[in-house]
Amino acid sequence: MHDAGKVIPGIIAFVLFVTLPFWSNFGKAAPKPQPEIPKEYKKCVESRDFMRREHMKLLRKWRFDVVRNNMRIYINSEGQPINMSLQNECMRCHSSKKKFCDVCHNYVSAHPYCWNCHIPPEERKGWATKEVKSLTEEASSKQPASHH
Amino acid sequence: MGAVFALVTVLAFVIVVYVGVGVAGLKSLFGIVIPYAAFLVFLLGMVYRMIDWAKVPVPFRIVTTCGQQKSLRWIKRSRLEAPYNNFEVVLRMILEVFAFRSLFRNLKAELKGPNLIYGSYKWLWLGAIAFHYAFFTILLRHLRFFTYPVPEPIQILDQIDSFFHIGLPHLYMTDVVILAALTFLFLRRLADPKLRYISLASDYLPLFMIYGLVISGILMRHFFKVDVTQVKEFTMGLVHLKPKAPNVGVIFYIHLFFISALMAYFPFSKLVHMVGVFFSPTRNLANNSRAVRHEPAPWWKKPKFKTYCEWQEEFKEQLIESGQPIDEDCYEKK
Repeated sequence: MHDAGKVIPGIIAFVLFVTLPFWSNFGKAAPKPQPEIPKEYKKCVESRDFMRREHMKLLRKWRFDVVRNNMRIYINSEGQPINMSLQNECMRCHSSKKKFCDVCHNYVSAHPYCWNCHIPPEERKGWATKEVKSLTEEASSKQPASHH
Repeated sequence: MGAVFALVTVLAFVIVVYVGVGVAGLKSLFGIVIPYAAFLVFLLGMVYRMIDWAKVPVPFRIVTTCGQQKSLRWIKRSRLEAPYNNFEVVLRMILEVFAFRSLFRNLKAELKGPNLIYGSYKWLWLGAIAFHYAFFTILLRHLRFFTYPVPEPIQILDQIDSFFHIGLPHLYMTDVVILAALTFLFLRRLADPKLRYISLASDYLPLFMIYGLVISGILMRHFFKVDVTQVKEFTMGLVHLKPKAPNVGVIFYIHLFFISALMAYFPFSKLVHMVGVFFSPTRNLANNSRAVRHEPAPWWKKPKFKTYCEWQEEFKEQLIESGQPIDEDCYEKK
């Protein structure tokens, strides 16, 4: 082999780069995300599989219907009317953003902008107490301004 | 013809996965066996190609130059076009690898009546650089499926890429760019008769495979949704060597099959230019053959030379007999 002094480090660099996911995760656990499912309610607005796959599209449709079309009622696949509201409907059962939404969103590094405008239940509770200042400051420092 | 063959191949990929996973339910084969096998072929194939190339002797400096080489001191030289030392070679390679400098010099030749006219033509460079950087960004972005917790730079890259907040999940800029660039690079081959003539199936196949990869990815993100949490559980299983095929839609398996096929095809196709560029003797050598005597080919042996003095010593008698002068310098300082 010619130029072994340059070729061998090059090969090593290449192999390290393409196997990065293998060695960088070696010995590190990645626990399966377990969002807290409400115990007192059995069914969400649509089926579990549908919600897992398409909740973001559903919420986007809700936002559009409410904000642009002034429609507040969603009829689900079983024909039941549902009040289209993230804070009042979704969070009624899924009462914790931290224990439900954030679990999977952090796991797959999704960055939804719901909370740029909406108030998570944890924060709303804080508003009734004296922790209000620290909580809102924390929230506003984390969330960038949005144009939606 | 090549384009049709490549298109049929790519469509066959989709059908194979659709039948294999959707109908026959061979999730472990398409989710675990094929991706691992493809990755091994990619890794070993690329290392083999690099070692194989490194064994080839390069006896001559065959640098492609298009500038004044180092010459007399008062003649201005071009450091990048005719690099003289390794530092200049490294600069030239950096510009080649990161900015595609040789494509930037691309010209277009056209017959205008009886005249052959050359003109600047940057579109190929633009399409190529847009494609490569978009593809690289997409590759880095996918590290969010292969790391936990996801490193901050990857998260920032993801958010910059989805900066415009179009749709939900947000549309990535790189997805749009790579589709546009691929379309241009494909149409470029079809539009010009000369280029169409020299284009083979092996030129179209990588294009179509990347097309398939990108389109299946976009469809999966925005249209035929899959449960991304299960996908990440699967990818983390892959890197922890404890894989478990996910129970998600066929579109995910199509996406996975396209990347597997691309990885396995990589070392045997034109795509290997990823490492080939570093082994290209027209780029990675210094143009200094007039100043430095380079070791020629390995089979070259130094010939046995005879000096004038040795020759004179051999024929001394004949030289004296015929009255030729004898070079006295040969006998001095001894």
